[in-house]
Amino acid sequence: MRQAARAAENQCGDIAVSDPSVFVTTFLASAVEVIEMVIIIVGVGSVRGWRSTWLGAGAGLAVLAVLVLVFGTALQAVPIDTLRLVIGSLLLVFGLQWLRKGIRRVAAHGLRGMGDWSASAEGIPAHGVDWTAFTLAFKGVLLEGLEVAFIVVSFGLTAQALGSAVAGAAAAFAVIGVAGVATRNVVQRIPRSALQLLVGTLLSSFGTFWAVEGLGVAWPGDEIAILALTGWYALAAAGYTALLRRRAHPLIAQTTQG
Amino acid sequence: MIWRWLAGFGRFWYEFIIGDDWTIAATVAAALTATWTLHLAGHDAWWLLPLAVVIEVGLSLRSD
Repeated sequence: MRQAARAAENQCGDIAVSDPSVFVTTFLASAVEVIEMVIIIVGVGSVRGWRSTWLGAGAGLAVLAVLVLVFGTALQAVPIDTLRLVIGSLLLVFGLQWLRKGIRRVAAHGLRGMGDWSASAEGIPAHGVDWTAFTLAFKGVLLEGLEVAFIVVSFGLTAQALGSAVAGAAAAFAVIGVAGVATRNVVQRIPRSALQLLVGTLLSSFGTFWAVEGLGVAWPGDEIAILALTGWYALAAAGYTALLRRRAHPLIAQTTQG
Repeated sequence: MIWRWLAGFGRFWYEFIIGDDWTIAATVAAALTATWTLHLAGHDAWWLLPLAVVIEVGLSLRSD
């Protein structure tokens, strides 16, 4: 989608693009970014709790709004590649910690759950702000929001239809946002150990994609590569879980008999 | 008060980045550096980080 935006920027200098086509194109391009944003928010909120996740998402939106107000159409001056590298690397190292914990827990307790799970054992504070949830949601919203803003500016300015581009992005936020809220209850029914493994896989995939992209390296298939990365990490997680279960099998058998 | 806040801030980022196994963050940093070096030399390098990360997670799980 970003390549399409760049291509539009290069090619549309003197080609008139009608407003509906700008609306649809911006909607589709923005929807990809908003889906990534919503996946991070729903995943983090389901694992760490909603209050701090919403606070982080709200703070991310507030910073994004300030950036858009201050920079306006000059938003492309923001060093997005540096942001991708920094935020991607941080999401990756944190996502890998969850992936590792998720593999260990699913190997030990299976997909149904961990039984003795407690918020305090997870380091989630009973009162005040959970800064881990806040930071993850904040980064996800800020980076993806900036990507959407870039898409709006690229398509809107090159086609001289900024209003249609803004409307397309706003529609993407509304549609994907409502869908995300609707899936919240479904996601929360997933057992915690499996959910931690799933969210760890997703954070690692997004983090890998953004960090490498931030270095200026192009992914084959552009954003489709995120799906391939998710499959790759899920496959690795399944393999390691099976290995750990096999290694721990005599111990599990003894425990069951005892 | 400020020192306590700074210590808490530092502890948060240490836990966020390093967690309970520093080798993961070190591997990510090394793999990103190698990716960038290969990219500057004109090679396709997108495959390096996901491969390095999966190997490192396996080694980390093995050492637990």
